[in-house]
Amino acid sequence: MNGFLTPQSSIWWMVLIKCAVLLLIVITTFAYAMLAERKVMGWMQLRPGPNRVGPWGLLQPAVDAVKLILKEDLTPKTADPLIYRLAPFISLVTALAVYAVIPFSEPSPGNVWAVGDVNAGILLILAMTSIGVYGISLGGWASGSKYPLLGSVRSTAQLVSYELAMGMSLVGVLILAGTTSLVGIVNSQAKLWFFIPQIVGFIIYVITAVAETNRAPFDLVEADAELVGGFNTEYSGLRFGLFFIAEYINMLTVSCIATLLFLGGWNAVAGLTIVPGIIWFLLKVAFFMFAYIWLRSTFPRIRYDRLMAFGWKVLLPAATLNLIATAAYVAVRG
Amino acid sequence: MTVAFWILAMLLIASAIFVITAQKPVHSVAGLLAHFLFLAITYFMLSAEFLAVIQLIVYSGAILMLFVFVIALLSSGVMPFSAGPDRLPKIAAPAIVVIAVLLGFVAYAVSREPAVTPTLRGIASGPVGTAGVFGSVADFGHALFTLNLLPFEITAFILMVAVVGVILLAGDQVPYVPTRRRARLVERDMREAIVRAGEE
Repeated sequence: MNGFLTPQSSIWWMVLIKCAVLLLIVITTFAYAMLAERKVMGWMQLRPGPNRVGPWGLLQPAVDAVKLILKEDLTPKTADPLIYRLAPFISLVTALAVYAVIPFSEPSPGNVWAVGDVNAGILLILAMTSIGVYGISLGGWASGSKYPLLGSVRSTAQLVSYELAMGMSLVGVLILAGTTSLVGIVNSQAKLWFFIPQIVGFIIYVITAVAETNRAPFDLVEADAELVGGFNTEYSGLRFGLFFIAEYINMLTVSCIATLLFLGGWNAVAGLTIVPGIIWFLLKVAFFMFAYIWLRSTFPRIRYDRLMAFGWKVLLPAATLNLIATAAYVAVRG
Repeated sequence: MTVAFWILAMLLIASAIFVITAQKPVHSVAGLLAHFLFLAITYFMLSAEFLAVIQLIVYSGAILMLFVFVIALLSSGVMPFSAGPDRLPKIAAPAIVVIAVLLGFVAYAVSREPAVTPTLRGIASGPVGTAGVFGSVADFGHALFTLNLLPFEITAFILMVAVVGVILLAGDQVPYVPTRRRARLVERDMREAIVRAGEE
């Protein structure tokens, strides 16, 4: 048990306070990421975006939350009540659980910038995201109607396929770093960020990350034109809200992982160590979040069969070759 | 520790009973998911952290997902797919070259190892990722890919046989088609069947 689930300074109320603060921060980030997306997309499409509620539209997330909470909570007659109610919680809980192991800045003695600095952090994150798929697939199935089922079958196929390539692209980094601890991985990037030696892995990771979070141009799951709204068609009110929050938190998660594994985490750009590590970390995460919004407003949706063919016939072989090449390089050198 | 074990044991048995007594297949799947989670926690308590995480990734993430997929598709009816042309002759030669290169890597890696790898160095528990600690990633991989390489490969092969077997069994409704012409015929039949189903 040592060092895996128990952080170094594990006073239980400290951990509890850290969890509460982190939860608050993550949920607030979600709210303003959503607003930022609507604003930025608005500007890219030459319109102002939300600008009525509060100064500069800044109170929009609050009114959205009130709207979702006050909406009627519908359950279709054909739905499976137990699974239908369980699914949104699976999505949100697994999305949030990941933040227990993400380090946000360099740990100093007796002060860890994470709820728990665990030694198999990246594996735990992969395990959590692979369980998160159940929220979508069970939710779509349990709705007891046609379009949600189609949406959830699509999403399951897409997520399972892209998860493979994603895992493969990450193993290259793990081999170079020689550890599965997230702090260890960031520390081994002090000289050279891994996106340079692992450029293939980085590109594959960014593509699969977009697919894993069901975002445009890979948002086949919720293709409005053909599937109404995908797996969450039948959900309303707060239950829909939970899925929605989970989607944005997953975006944030994959941005954090990309930052930690490929962009050197809290390591400063160009030796500017005067700026604290946490700022660098947040800037890098914000860059990825912006890239997400940029992608969404730039690219049209990809056809479903092309998406699957791309995942299995291009990304997976490329990731495998990258993994073999990295392993061979490390084996021959070391 | 003992109390936690008994609570977990009860939960494990309860979820297992729920899996076999549930009326709907999807409820069984939800029960099995809970069962896998409790099992992973049990592994954590036994200091087998890597095994616990792999249990979550492989069983909960991949295999159980396949069950959900099958259940969802079974209740949705026809699944159209065509046999396609036989690509084996074209890719056989490059595949053999790639396999030979990979086997070369394996032989090189094994040749650098001492003849006997100790798999259990005491029962010291400690951080995952540190070598020389029970259940660590390094030792786990070491044991799997050197001393136990042959059993590992044989297990993988048996699983592969099972996958091929499933395809053969599931393909029972569609006759096995070796030639392109017959593949086209079957595809046409299936298209007509789908059109008929759509008309009904």
